Amino acid sequence: MKVNRSIEEINAKIKKGKAVVLTAEEVTDLVEQKGSTEAAASVDVVTTGTFGPMCSSGVFLNVGHSSPRIKLTEAYLNGVPAYAGIAAVDLYLGATALPAADPANRNYPGEFLYGGGHVIEDLVSGKEVRFEGFSYGTDCYPRRKVDTTIRLDEINEATLFNPRNAYQNYNVAVNKGKKTIYTYMGVLKPNLGNAYYSTAGQLSPLFNDPYLKTIGLGTRIFLGGGIGYIAWHGTQHNPSAARTDNGIPRDPAGTLALIGDLKQMNARWLRGLSFLGYGATLQVGLGIPIPILNEEIMKYCAVRDEEIIAPVMDYYKDYPNLKGGNLGYVNYAELKSGLINLQGQKIPTASLSSYAGAREIALILKEWIGSGRFLLTEPSAQLPSAEDNIVLKSMPRKDPEKREDE
Amino acid sequence: MVKQKIVLRFPPNVVEQPIIYMMIKDFDLMVNILRADINPRKEGRLMMEVNGENADYQKAMAWLKEQGLIITNLEQQIIWREDRCTHCGACTVICPTRALYFERPSMNVRFDQDKCIVCELCLRACPARAMETPIDNTLFR
Repeated sequence: MKVNRSIEEINAKIKKGKAVVLTAEEVTDLVEQKGSTEAAASVDVVTTGTFGPMCSSGVFLNVGHSSPRIKLTEAYLNGVPAYAGIAAVDLYLGATALPAADPANRNYPGEFLYGGGHVIEDLVSGKEVRFEGFSYGTDCYPRRKVDTTIRLDEINEATLFNPRNAYQNYNVAVNKGKKTIYTYMGVLKPNLGNAYYSTAGQLSPLFNDPYLKTIGLGTRIFLGGGIGYIAWHGTQHNPSAARTDNGIPRDPAGTLALIGDLKQMNARWLRGLSFLGYGATLQVGLGIPIPILNEEIMKYCAVRDEEIIAPVMDYYKDYPNLKGGNLGYVNYAELKSGLINLQGQKIPTASLSSYAGAREIALILKEWIGSGRFLLTEPSAQLPSAEDNIVLKSMPRKDPEKREDE
Repeated sequence: MVKQKIVLRFPPNVVEQPIIYMMIKDFDLMVNILRADINPRKEGRLMMEVNGENADYQKAMAWLKEQGLIITNLEQQIIWREDRCTHCGACTVICPTRALYFERPSMNVRFDQDKCIVCELCLRACPARAMETPIDNTLFR
């Protein structure tokens, strides 16, 4: 390597206000013109971003003790149930949770106008939220019922903890069937009538560090408009998925678990969403800075939409039935153009992840670092990567009725 | 000449009258129906583009009001709440007239009201519910 730079050196430059920071979009032309070595010599940090629906998200809450005390066994925020199976007033509210009274898909396709993601948006907006809790009563926690309102600044902790965000690549969804279907990948018209994709392509964090060489445990990031950290690898982390020559996974691969203080985030980057016929979720804005330690890292950050491919998956039969395989691959430049060519058929495309939002996040992070407000962190540990040979498992199929001698 | 996109709301007692025929024959207007939701003996709604001489157009509107029809501008039927829009683009492939579209290369979502035919498909296809209609549509279903 001709360029060798440490995170410590980068931070020293950030503190002096002298770090050179570019977004993953801005850096592609520079590397093309000057090559990765010269570009690496002049750039210290590349910022990335993504702003898409991420169902595996939620918030740990501690709502404070009531008088008399209650050990919550059931809790509802604006009617949306939170998990109360931990200590007395600790809760976890998931992004896809729905009120018991929600009609769901009884009037198909259901609208899912208010769920956990919307409660999180209301909390982070500072709105008052109705809080109802129930219990059976104990000698030390005698109260059986509470009904009050809470606001984010009135409770002890609200820690956003998302078990799986920042998916490295994702399916392009289509519908091979003869009727419209309503999925978490949007409304899919029959006979390959449209296609939805959901990543930020060249701006997406894990496309810019495909082997997780700089992103690791404890990496400080932009999360929901505030500062967060990488807590672990995400659930369904699958870094050993097949890759193209430039190291980019061809299929959904790496994921990240993220954590951060909800109290310093904002509703611009945490939005409750309603997917017709599917459910409620949360749109999460996140951005990860990539320290340009050497020309190899620089080369990864120069990846362009046309070099990233994604599998086209049928959501009529194949996805619901957990069938492997796909209908072919398309690249993100094609997807973003609004039209893909699949098996001789032209299919109109649109995204569910906001590219404009991703760019804005990368620019905000660039500004934070450029102005010395945001320092980079050395990972406490590496996350599992391609060489760890992780194999994604599906649910074991066992028939409990069947005896071994049968 | 006038070229105007309007919405006519019919009270139940007018639904069975040949309103469009009269607009063409008596007022010499060119009428292009964009969407109609009319049921015998129930309230109805008709969206159309109207072309013609200004004087004829004004007379026709006055006559329609006399008949008890409520006239509104089509432009006011679908509202894009830009503050709620996350620019994901989910609507752009659902909108049949490309009134909702991606501005490239910025990938910002834009709404061209002139192209909107108030089909309302965007209302529920938008995950952030950034598309709104001021009318309570349940009245017409």
